[in-house]
Amino acid sequence: MQPLVKITALTKQFGHLTAVDHLSFSVEPASVYGFLGQNGAGKSTTIRMLTGLIMPTSGEIEIFGLSLAKHKKEILQQIGAVIEKPDVYQYLSAYDNLQLFARLSGIRPTRISLMDQLAQVGLAERAKDKVAGFSQGMKQRLGIAIALVHQPQLIILDEPTNGLDPQGIADIRHLIIHLRTEMKKTVIVSSHLLSEIEQVATQLLIIHKGKKVKEGNASELFDPAKTVVQLSTERNDTAWAVLQNSVWQPYLERITPEGIILKVDRRQIPALHQSLVQLQIPLISLQPRHSLEDYFLQVTTPGYVDTLSN
Amino acid sequence: MKKISLLCLSCMLVVAIQAQDMTPLVQKVRAKIEQVKDYVAVGTMKTDVSFIKAPIGKVKVYFKKPDLFSIKKEGGISLLPKGGVSINMSSLMATTSFVALSAGEAVVDGIKTRVVKLLPMNENSEVILTTLYIQEATLLVLKAVTSTRENGTYEMTMQYGAYQQYGLPDKVIFSFNTKDYKLPKGITLEFEEETKPLTEAEKIKNRKGRVEINYSNYTINQGLADAVFKK
Amino acid sequence: MWTLFQIEVYKIFRRPRTYIAFAAITGLIGIIQFGLKLDGEQYVEFMMRDITSSITIEGNILNGYQVCYIVLQVLLVHVPLLIALVAADMISGEANMGTLRLLLTKPISRDAFLVAKFMATMVYTLLLLIWLAILALFLNMLIFGTDDLFLLKSSYVVLLRENDIFWRYCGAFAFAALAMSTVAALGFLLSLFANNSIGPIVATMSIIVFLTILSTLNIPLFSYVKPYLFTTHMIGWKEFFDIKVNASNEALSGTIQHPMRIIQSALVLLAHIVLFLVVSIWVFRKKDILS
Repeated sequence: MQPLVKITALTKQFGHLTAVDHLSFSVEPASVYGFLGQNGAGKSTTIRMLTGLIMPTSGEIEIFGLSLAKHKKEILQQIGAVIEKPDVYQYLSAYDNLQLFARLSGIRPTRISLMDQLAQVGLAERAKDKVAGFSQGMKQRLGIAIALVHQPQLIILDEPTNGLDPQGIADIRHLIIHLRTEMKKTVIVSSHLLSEIEQVATQLLIIHKGKKVKEGNASELFDPAKTVVQLSTERNDTAWAVLQNSVWQPYLERITPEGIILKVDRRQIPALHQSLVQLQIPLISLQPRHSLEDYFLQVTTPGYVDTLSN
Repeated sequence: MKKISLLCLSCMLVVAIQAQDMTPLVQKVRAKIEQVKDYVAVGTMKTDVSFIKAPIGKVKVYFKKPDLFSIKKEGGISLLPKGGVSINMSSLMATTSFVALSAGEAVVDGIKTRVVKLLPMNENSEVILTTLYIQEATLLVLKAVTSTRENGTYEMTMQYGAYQQYGLPDKVIFSFNTKDYKLPKGITLEFEEETKPLTEAEKIKNRKGRVEINYSNYTINQGLADAVFKK
Repeated sequence: MWTLFQIEVYKIFRRPRTYIAFAAITGLIGIIQFGLKLDGEQYVEFMMRDITSSITIEGNILNGYQVCYIVLQVLLVHVPLLIALVAADMISGEANMGTLRLLLTKPISRDAFLVAKFMATMVYTLLLLIWLAILALFLNMLIFGTDDLFLLKSSYVVLLRENDIFWRYCGAFAFAALAMSTVAALGFLLSLFANNSIGPIVATMSIIVFLTILSTLNIPLFSYVKPYLFTTHMIGWKEFFDIKVNASNEALSGTIQHPMRIIQSALVLLAHIVLFLVVSIWVFRKKDILS
């Protein structure tokens, strides 16, 4: 199947700074593409290039099989984007903002349709209130309503959970899943927070200093069978020796000043715990480190060596 | 010696004849003018001053004996030489105590006139000297040059037509001196380049202004209230 | 484009800041009217002192037309700031609010977006001038009545008859609208370079002050550039109030002394507007939206 979005050798330079460096990736239709990277990695710059806000220094962007440089208007008709925090017109009401942006998107929705859109994001009761009085979460929801008002095929969300409370974050997560599974939309979502991405993304790209570090299927990158566990005991060297003579020897990775590192299937952790008790190893802590988090931290820190890949 | 004496006496006689009293002529002219007790005249007034751009305006002129005179524009703004236009023949002739001396003859607009110097006897009079150019045959004053204490020297030139029997002109031209006018460009916000400076001759020419009144109709001796002359 | 234009005009007039200029003009003109109604005679005497040494002026000098002229002389120096309040905020304000990035992810071309905003700015300028005309001309005609107009130029004075004035004011206001549109176009261009409207507003006024100084100073060096400065031509509206005279120095009603100056000034202003717009479009096409 032809990818919905195809990026080839995308580069952006601001003076001497290379914000995005020969980035290439593809996004399949009806997927959630997670764009992961630390602050300043180049995620927002890439997304702004995808939406035509920034001109690439070089490289190609193809969306829906069309070149963005040549068919920008047609492409944007099928894109709904929320770039960073969604700022709307504070002196207008939620309804007026939605209506205004709907008209800019080329549609003239009826009053009922607009109220329906607001109801979907939980803002129907505040439709006539000026946005200046809205909380950050409400503004975010309004931004999403604006992004979706013209029923786009591709939704781009840049740091959608910034400033939201846990309920707001959960709402965004459910929305993204709903868009993909029920509405068959394609979503590109960027974040620096691993926990958000891993719950929704079907594909993932890790970007660091403008360069792609890793791209792949989500299940490949955070396989529960590769859960890293760190044991901390009263005497780590003694515990290491004991474990080497146990059934857990194949899972041992290394010993560090902080503890012993094993790589096990997540489901084996209770058994490991039981074994440690039986082996009379005085345990201080047993910490399963998420493989994706570990992976992310490793690939985005200097001197990265890919020890976790097969 | 005798011949020299006779020559001197002859000269004195000639001088005496020349400085003859013109009072009778002036009084005849005055008698003609004094037929008019009051009048209302309709006319147009043109202001010709180098630093004034003004269109012709319709005016009404009011006069009542002995010296009430007013020019009123029918609505609008009128520009008149300071103090000068109130001088008119009737006012000039109003004074009874004067000395009228002949100053020879002159031609005004192709017409031969007798030149008469009128000196008011009243030392406090605003008018210091008036020179009249009188057409003796018709007893009409064709030109008057008046020097005043406060407002400089004015010249009036008259042309007569339908109302000459009353001594009322069809056209009066007042000529008077003006001062230079200049405002800083920073105040008037004009940024155009300076025009070339005027020559001395042009400057002198620009210091003279004219007001020309053409009368189209007189309503004479119909009665006029004094209130008309209040400002 | 029409939809974009409607939306931009809608946004301008829904924003409270827009009405500051209208309120300021109302207040300023009101104060002038109040002052002249109370002390107008003294003001007129002061104005006329140079000329009344040799000429007596009679009539209702302080009429509605005269007051309107006084208002225009004062306000058209200061109205540019009120224009800049909105014009210099058109793009920078959107960037500051964060709405620019939202707008430009919609399926609208940057050129169309910019031109629509520019046209909306022109509409605002025009409406401000119309408001100025209503207060300065029509309201003053009601309060002070109408009569001839007596104007003091630097080296001569002009008397315009009452029936020869109204059309001149129509022309003057139209010209003033063109002049203020030039200011608006400059502010609009400068607003592309900032994410906050304070900078472009200050920059617009600074440029106008600087160029006005060059326009007014009679230094020979500046005479080469003066004809090309739009500030030199912004006061071209005054040419509507100068009149031709014939050979006998009689003013000819219905004429203008230097009609070509008006046309030339209008063309210079129009050229500046086009230049500012073209540069704005060129800059905006290349601009990375980072706000």
